[in-house]
Amino acid sequence: MLNPILANLLTEPVGVSHYVLVGAFMFTCGVLCMATKRNALGILMGIELVLNGANLNFIAFGSRYLRNDANTLGLDGQLISLFVIVLAAAEAAVALAIVLNFYNNNDSVDVDRADQLSG
Amino acid sequence: MDSIYWPSFFFWLFSGVACTFALGVLLSKNIVRMAFYLVISLASTSGLFFLAGADFVGAMQLMIYVGGTLVLLIFGVMLTSQDRFVEMRTSSGEWVIAFFIGLMLFFTLGRAAFGVAAWKGLDRETAEAVEVERTVTPLAMGLLGARVDQLDEPDAAKREGMSGYLFHFEIVSVHLLVVLIGAAYLARAKRKTGSVAANA
Repeated sequence: MLNPILANLLTEPVGVSHYVLVGAFMFTCGVLCMATKRNALGILMGIELVLNGANLNFIAFGSRYLRNDANTLGLDGQLISLFVIVLAAAEAAVALAIVLNFYNNNDSVDVDRADQLSG
Repeated sequence: MDSIYWPSFFFWLFSGVACTFALGVLLSKNIVRMAFYLVISLASTSGLFFLAGADFVGAMQLMIYVGGTLVLLIFGVMLTSQDRFVEMRTSSGEWVIAFFIGLMLFFTLGRAAFGVAAWKGLDRETAEAVEVERTVTPLAMGLLGARVDQLDEPDAAKREGMSGYLFHFEIVSVHLLVVLIGAAYLARAKRKTGSVAANA
């Protein structure tokens, strides 16, 4: 026998709130990843997580399964999230090229060593 | 007792996997494991996209993100993975500050997520009655400049503004081309000066 809270979670449809909560969790993980990692590629992974959390919100606000009224984003949410996916690919390519250049010049991927501009 | 509503079950399954491995990316010290956790996290996010009715975006998430962008990242990890960079530790003071900031950020966003009554979700009968058509054709027509999903919009002035995303699509295409040429230029192999003369 399932306990009541768990049963309620499993028998009722989820809403936009649940999707936004998952998106918020991934966003927070990404932000902390960007803040705490010293490896430049770890920071890139944090950026991917942040973009993915934002994408989840666009999909949730556009979905008719989660909120079937006149105020959904409809197809616009999905179109915007497609643009986000493409821009994330472009961002990853450029950032990776910069990291490889930094690695070639400094023989390191530690972002704490990129301090030549500090006076 | 009601039977299990399977979309909710799969929502909790996929979101649990996505959140667990996102946390794994954050907490892992090893860059190779972080890359692998990120692959799993983003792949199960595409499952969430499928559950929300966005079939084309979910497929693109799997193909472009997991199949393209992350493979690029893993190549970056492989190219730079000397022993001293595989595990880089952060000082515990920074972890404490980051933990409190993250807790505050997540608390704020979570309060906002459950603060709006219209976001609570449909009841079961309504949700089971929702019919969603496949999104590939409307998305492609929207990218080509015709919003076939908005033809029944009653307000003619609003219909003028819903002219599709052709211009944005062009901009993002040229942007991607320029960025990839720039990335190839930045990451090209360095030639020693005089190597042409040495080869001749």
